Amino acid sequence: MKLADKKRLLREMLFARRFEERCYEAYVERNIGGFLHLYPGEEACAHGVLEAADFDNDYVITSYRDHVHAIKWGADPRKVMAELYAKETGVSKGRGGSMHIFDVKNRFMGGYALVGGPFPLAAGIAKAIQMKQGKEICICFLGDAANNQGTFHESMNMAKLWNLPVLYVCENNLYGIGTRIDRSTAVVDQYKRVSAYNIPSAQEDGQDVEKVYKAATKAINHVRSGKGPYFIELMTYRYRGHSMSDSNAYRARAEERMWSKRDPIIMLRDRLIEDGHLTKKDYTDMDTEILDEIENEVIVFASESPEPHVSDVERYVLAENDPWVRGGVQ
Amino acid sequence: MGQGRGAVMAELMFWEAVRRAHDEELSNDPMVLVMGEDVGVVGGTYKATLGLYDKYGEDRVIDTPISENGFTGLGIGASFIGARPIIEIMSVNFAWLAMDQIFNTAAKVRYMSGGQLEAPVVIRSPGGTAHQLGSQHSARMEKVFMGIAGLRVVTPSNPRQAYGLLKSAVRCNDPVFINEHELMYNMKGEVPEEDYFHPLEGSEIVRPGRDVTLFGYNISVHWCLQAAELLSRHHGIEAEVIDLYALSPLDRSGIRDSVTRTHRAVIVEEAEPMVGVGAEVMAIINEECFYELDAAPVRVSALNVPIPYNHSLEKTALPDANDVVEAVRSMFGV
Repeated sequence: MKLADKKRLLREMLFARRFEERCYEAYVERNIGGFLHLYPGEEACAHGVLEAADFDNDYVITSYRDHVHAIKWGADPRKVMAELYAKETGVSKGRGGSMHIFDVKNRFMGGYALVGGPFPLAAGIAKAIQMKQGKEICICFLGDAANNQGTFHESMNMAKLWNLPVLYVCENNLYGIGTRIDRSTAVVDQYKRVSAYNIPSAQEDGQDVEKVYKAATKAINHVRSGKGPYFIELMTYRYRGHSMSDSNAYRARAEERMWSKRDPIIMLRDRLIEDGHLTKKDYTDMDTEILDEIENEVIVFASESPEPHVSDVERYVLAENDPWVRGGVQ
Repeated sequence: MGQGRGAVMAELMFWEAVRRAHDEELSNDPMVLVMGEDVGVVGGTYKATLGLYDKYGEDRVIDTPISENGFTGLGIGASFIGARPIIEIMSVNFAWLAMDQIFNTAAKVRYMSGGQLEAPVVIRSPGGTAHQLGSQHSARMEKVFMGIAGLRVVTPSNPRQAYGLLKSAVRCNDPVFINEHELMYNMKGEVPEEDYFHPLEGSEIVRPGRDVTLFGYNISVHWCLQAAELLSRHHGIEAEVIDLYALSPLDRSGIRDSVTRTHRAVIVEEAEPMVGVGAEVMAIINEECFYELDAAPVRVSALNVPIPYNHSLEKTALPDANDVVEAVRSMFGV
């Protein structure tokens, strides 16, 4: 990876971290409602994988922990925050909320709230790509706990049966809501589970963005070459609870301290400093700049944007003026 | 297009009409595909895709594994970027397994994306109670589907509707659930020889009458027609029969107009009465034309039991034309 790209990734990951931390504050301030699932600790997963993808053509789909993936895939952070603030200017016009970030013009195909729901949707997007004989692929990010849903097995089977161009990325943060993986899952190594469907797979350190990028590059080349699906398991950790309503009492503090020493942003920062490509001052300046941008652009935009008109509550239920509802053009 | 009136008609069996709609839509648009259990090599349990595997190939007429939620979700995902999938769920009883993807994704994705994404899938499935198939193969699930915002529900009562509704559903940009009936695939009827697209909303007056409206849909339209003949012949009661082929959205004005003409209503449904089509039509009558009524509306429904295997028990659990006649006689005190 080029030095300039590493520096850019450091900035993007730090931006993602500060964005999510600001969401936490906004939730406490009651500017964000509903459920809020935050990403700090896992930034290298989304950034490493998507750095290796084709930004102009590939499709991305994920679960409800979706803000960072959307921003990395081109969504305007101001519009993502406006969505969390339930504003008409939000990416999903304030109808979706935190769990339903959509930015279809950038091929970010959504955040979905049912654990395991996107597995078949991703396979379907890949099926349509295959019908169009496209070179693009679909990348589906889900957590480890999603692999205990029936849709995991049903989708892996069909993805391999029809050799669909889909990359499944398992962000293994070791907990399904509040239950540790070895207490819910017979086979703890998730990458092994797809061998039952003859899908090639790899397990990688999800805290090291360069390693993630390398593993993803190999996986994406496989999928794009027409050889069918691939599965990557990234070992990672979320610093906060499952959602804001999670007191996070089920984890040992020692475990949390251990993972905080493997922070993906600090690891990349220190490597760049050690190699003489970055100074501590460069980093703190970057951080200050990001915090200013979030406060003065992102939050201001979200705060000042209008809410949806209540008279529009029945829009978007069905297609508007679809001629086939009347049996076509008479 | 339109209603097909004045068109040259061909007599087709119900399954032939469904098959022809598949064939024409597959031929019309290379992004149309059919998927489901045994729809390919076998040609469909009820022959709805007979011969299409050979004609369009295994990539567009797709035999799926027995994974209802998975393949329904796959079809929905494909529809996000231009595919027009027709998903056959072999028996509506199995649709319970796909409810997550139908309700949580297809019905909601347009709304929760603020109109950015749509899921133009057709999900068609044979339902209803056939002969002695037992509790887990006799579900009547239309009332479950029609209760969900964001989903269209239609249910053909004859080959013409089966053909035209499927063709419109494929081209419509909303997810459409088509509820067919296992006992109706060999029914014959006239279908326009040219392309015909049936409206996905509205209702049809299949027998005009002045004294009472019988509301039916799918198989119960036929019970209503039989009952109307008996009532006319034996009691001089002229019943109007309304075919509610669109269950969601329901035709509020069609219901109101008919009750305003006849002032009496009987709703005939094959399903259990709880939270059903009868209850919904009654609510619409209350809301739209309560003061037009000369008698309290009545529903004729199945008993509130799982469907039994024993033939006599099964027959007892289900409504028929005689039950409709009795309901009307009771209403008129004759």
